[in-house]
Amino acid sequence: MKVRVIVTLKNGVLDPQGRAIHHALEGLGFAGVNDVRAGRVIELDVADTTSDAALDEMCSKLLANMVIENYRIEKAA
Amino acid sequence: MAFTSAVITFPGSNCDRDMAVAIEQVCGGTVHRVWHGDADLPDNLDFIALPGGFSYGDYLRSGAMAARSPVMQAVVRAAERGVTVLGVCNGFQVLTEAGLLPGALMRNAGIRFVCRDVKLTVENNQSLFTAGYDAGQQITIPVAHHDGNFFADDATLDRLEGEGRVAFRYAEGVNGSARNIAGVLNDRGNVLGMMPHPERMIEAAQGGSDGRALFESVMRGLVAA
Repeated sequence: MKVRVIVTLKNGVLDPQGRAIHHALEGLGFAGVNDVRAGRVIELDVADTTSDAALDEMCSKLLANMVIENYRIEKAA
Repeated sequence: MAFTSAVITFPGSNCDRDMAVAIEQVCGGTVHRVWHGDADLPDNLDFIALPGGFSYGDYLRSGAMAARSPVMQAVVRAAERGVTVLGVCNGFQVLTEAGLLPGALMRNAGIRFVCRDVKLTVENNQSLFTAGYDAGQQITIPVAHHDGNFFADDATLDRLEGEGRVAFRYAEGVNGSARNIAGVLNDRGNVLGMMPHPERMIEAAQGGSDGRALFESVMRGLVAA
C-alpha cells in the first residue's frame, strides 16, 4: 500500500524557509504571491495490513514533530 | 569520589572530542566515549554530554534520528533516574526531539548558518549547571548552528520563565529564538540544553574561558551531592 504523509508547519509557527522562497519568487518577478509555507512529503510503501493507528504512530513518533508540525495521511487509491 | 562521565558520539557528531577534552580538563575523572548504537551506558555515570554536530546529516529534522537511536533510550532512562545531562547545539536538538526538554529548534530566522561569538546573559544561576556564574552575568560563548531558533507555545514559554528554567538568554539577536532563549532546563533541573558551545571556551588559548564555569558548576554540584 502506498501512503503519502504530508507534514506542514502549524499555524502561527514562523517559517523562515517559506519566507525565503516567497522573497525568491518575488525576485523572479512573480507578483501576487501572498504567503509561502514550506512542508515535507514522505512516501511510504507499507504492508496492506498496516493499521491506521500504526500509521498515526509513525507520524507522531518520528515523521512529524508535534511541537511545531501537523501531518496528513493520504492513501493511494 | 571520582567524576564519571560519558560523551555520546552519533554518526555526524563533530564536537564530541572537544566536549570530552573540556570535561577531562575541568572535571577530571573518567570520560567514557559512547557510540550511538550502544544500548547500554557505562555504570555509575555522574554526567552525560550530548555534543554538537550534524547527527545523521540532520536528516528529517536536526536531532530527529539521533533521538530515536539505541543509546538515547538509555540516556532518557538515566535522565529520569536523575543523572545530569548536558546537550550542546545538536545535543540540545536531540534532547528536544527525545522529549527530555520542551520546545523545538527551528531554522534560524535569518536562514543563514550563524558561526560567531555571542553575548549571553546568565538568567538563572541557581541551577546545577550555572551556580558558578553570577545572576545576570554577561558571558561570551560561540555559536555555530543553522537550526537554533527556539520555539515553544506561549504557555510553555511563560512556564519556563516562571519556573526559572531559562538558564541562558542571548544578549543580542542571533537566530530569532523565542524570547531570546539560548538554553533551557527540564523541570527537575538535571537536564540542560543550550545552542552555544561552552566546551569551546575553556581556556584563554581558545579566545576566552567563559564556558569553564559551567563544567566547574556541574562537578562541584555533583561531587558535593
